[in-house]
Amino acid sequence: MRRFALIFFSLLSITTSLVAVEPDEILSDPALEARARTLSKTLRCMVCQNQSIDDSEAPLARDLRVIVRERIKAGDSDGQVREFLVARYGEFVLLEPRFNARTVLLWAVPGLVLLIGAATMMFMRSRRPKRQSVALSREEEQKLAKLMQDPKDLTKL
Amino acid sequence: MIAELAHYALILAFALSVAQLVLPLWGVAKNDSLLMSVAEPVALAGFGFVTFAFAGLIVAFVQSDFSVASVFANSHSAQPLLYKITGVWGNHEGSMLLWALVLSTFSALVAIFGGTLPARLRANILGIEGAIAAVFLFFILATSNPFLRIDPVPFEGRELNPILQDIGLAIHPPLLYLGYVGFSITFAFAVAALVEGRVDPAWARWVRPWALTAWIFLTLGIAMGSYWAYYELGWGGYWFWDPVENASLMPWLAGTALLHSAVVMEKRDALKVWTVLLAIVTFSLSLLGTFLVRSGVLTSVHTFANDPARGIFILGILVLFIGGSLTLFAFRAPVLKSGGLFAPISREGALILNNLFLTAIAATVLTGTLYPLALEAITGEKISVGAPFFNRTVGPLFICLLLIMPAGPLLAWKRGDITGVAERLAFATAIALVAAGYFLWLANGGPILAAFGLFVSIYVIVGTLVEFAERLLLFRAPFETSVARAKGLPRSAFGTVLAHAGIGLVLFGIVAEAGWSEERIVALKAGERVSIASFDLTFTGVVQRDGENWRDQVGRFEVRRGGVLVAVVESSKRLYLANNQPTTEAGITTFGLGQLYISLGDSTPGGAISARIYWKPIVTLIWLGAIVMAVGGALSLSDRRLRIGAPRPAGRRSAVAPAE
Repeated sequence: MRRFALIFFSLLSITTSLVAVEPDEILSDPALEARARTLSKTLRCMVCQNQSIDDSEAPLARDLRVIVRERIKAGDSDGQVREFLVARYGEFVLLEPRFNARTVLLWAVPGLVLLIGAATMMFMRSRRPKRQSVALSREEEQKLAKLMQDPKDLTKL
Repeated sequence: MIAELAHYALILAFALSVAQLVLPLWGVAKNDSLLMSVAEPVALAGFGFVTFAFAGLIVAFVQSDFSVASVFANSHSAQPLLYKITGVWGNHEGSMLLWALVLSTFSALVAIFGGTLPARLRANILGIEGAIAAVFLFFILATSNPFLRIDPVPFEGRELNPILQDIGLAIHPPLLYLGYVGFSITFAFAVAALVEGRVDPAWARWVRPWALTAWIFLTLGIAMGSYWAYYELGWGGYWFWDPVENASLMPWLAGTALLHSAVVMEKRDALKVWTVLLAIVTFSLSLLGTFLVRSGVLTSVHTFANDPARGIFILGILVLFIGGSLTLFAFRAPVLKSGGLFAPISREGALILNNLFLTAIAATVLTGTLYPLALEAITGEKISVGAPFFNRTVGPLFICLLLIMPAGPLLAWKRGDITGVAERLAFATAIALVAAGYFLWLANGGPILAAFGLFVSIYVIVGTLVEFAERLLLFRAPFETSVARAKGLPRSAFGTVLAHAGIGLVLFGIVAEAGWSEERIVALKAGERVSIASFDLTFTGVVQRDGENWRDQVGRFEVRRGGVLVAVVESSKRLYLANNQPTTEAGITTFGLGQLYISLGDSTPGGAISARIYWKPIVTLIWLGAIVMAVGGALSLSDRRLRIGAPRPAGRRSAVAPAE
């Protein structure tokens, strides 16, 4: 039964997300509201499954949206709003993890793969035996010229 | 009774899969052609029994036989027939059975169409397929048996999750599984090659149709899943970088790389080791996806049940196949000798770059998906890796990949002419700049990144078409010559053009949606109006409508353009009555390539209803482009060169194939 309750709860958190941002939350200043929306898209609704607070209708997401707008109205920069939320809810709230000792590997992977790939290609190339192009001998060149002139001769080869 | 028969059939199928594993491989070891030839009839019989078991489960669902536990948990007598049937795989047990069915289907296909393969290779492949089937059938029988009975028999079922009661469930999982499991064949090819210690261009030619088949299904499956999420979840997104989405994207990326490296191997006898590794990695990523989704490590709508025993079992399967094949690879790969030499600037070089970027993207997606799990397991610290991370990392890699894409087909094998290619691409660049500028002017400007994306997508499409026009001598020779040349071109050439242009179309859709969507969030009362893009919408109010097992609150919107009524859009909030579960049924109307998307929210105290209204220009290209890609794949698949991998004996093949 506990399992069922768990599933049911987890489904509920998706199915109730009908419309996220409610009309009454919207700030009157369009520039501030635009900032709030952009910022909201990078903040996680912590009780949902991989949803930003901008997409979620969960009560917690609504609370967070209101907090974000309050902080922005109070004059916080985007970074300060994030700091404020991280201090309260931990790094988990950020959908884009900050670059630090814990996440350095995560951020480095794309570059590392490209570097390792490029290095491997160079290595494979350098290991390959160099092909020497040997010039045709005089005799061979005459033969070639003859063949080029009269393609029918090819059949005789 | 039917459930017991089906259960019994499944046990027989398991026994057959063990035979399919042991006998042919033993035959290969002893070089006994009789033992090797056992593989095909056994594979066909196994397919028959799994099909019977699956059909039995469908019957139990259609009859609403609630004495079967999985029917009770996932069906309801009032559910429409279609959802009773699709409910068969809308749960853990049934979806694993579908997995097994698709696997045995592919085994049977190899048995039927593998006639041109050398006997030893065929026996090896079927043996390895047998191993996969044996393990998964055992998993189903031991931990996820869909045929278990319950006593006393419940009067009514619990109903299929309403989100899954959609035509999407009929299409998306089967397509996706055909893709996932299809790559088991390329995996089997790779392991067979390693066991034999031999791999040649003929191998690449044989493996390509299977990789292509799996790729086509996976492409369509992912696109279908994306569109389903878009219209069902109700907030207008089509890709969420959700771990389960990533789980399907990773095999797609690796599979796409595999298709391209197999071309190099077939034509130039190079990249052998890498191609074999990719074949292993692609299926490993499919297995990893199965593990992530089925084990309950991740919670999502795809995760039907959390049971640690199952998770550990699947993890064991994962370790067995991935670990086993990679170990085999480590020991045997040095035996494979590579041939063809080529200059860095050549078709081969471009295809290697393609592989490099696809690998980097796949590695990024893999790391991003698993990093939070790993970090939490090691340090206990919880972080999120979501859409902003993937957009920032995968985005640039994807753009790089697309920038080199049109150059590939323009380059010659072995040694390409960089100036010639640059000239032709300069033409494509110029056209793309002008076209992107024109669109920007039409749209009254837009975000700079979106404008760049627009340019790249047009450059990709034009660049691809330029190459095609070159091959046809279009505008250079008389039109009749071009037509004649088009008739002479192999179908795979058309396939390449469509697949490459298709990805350009997908990007065009993505960029247009990201850069030029409009959104209104409003609270509306009946009779109130709102305008978005070039449309004027009038909300005419909410009516109630009853369905078979649901009740809708339907909001109606009259859509006018320049005062003319062009559409009536209905958007509803639906309540599924069995469990009182709400869902959204977004109202979507397509105008040209764009869509008007209306999603309803809650009623406000003042009697108004909140609505989120989007205008998403050109958004449909995201999915249409994927269909174009799949059609390209299908054209390539129908190419004669792929069908006749090796000469087929004129007469009927004797039952006992001669040993090599």
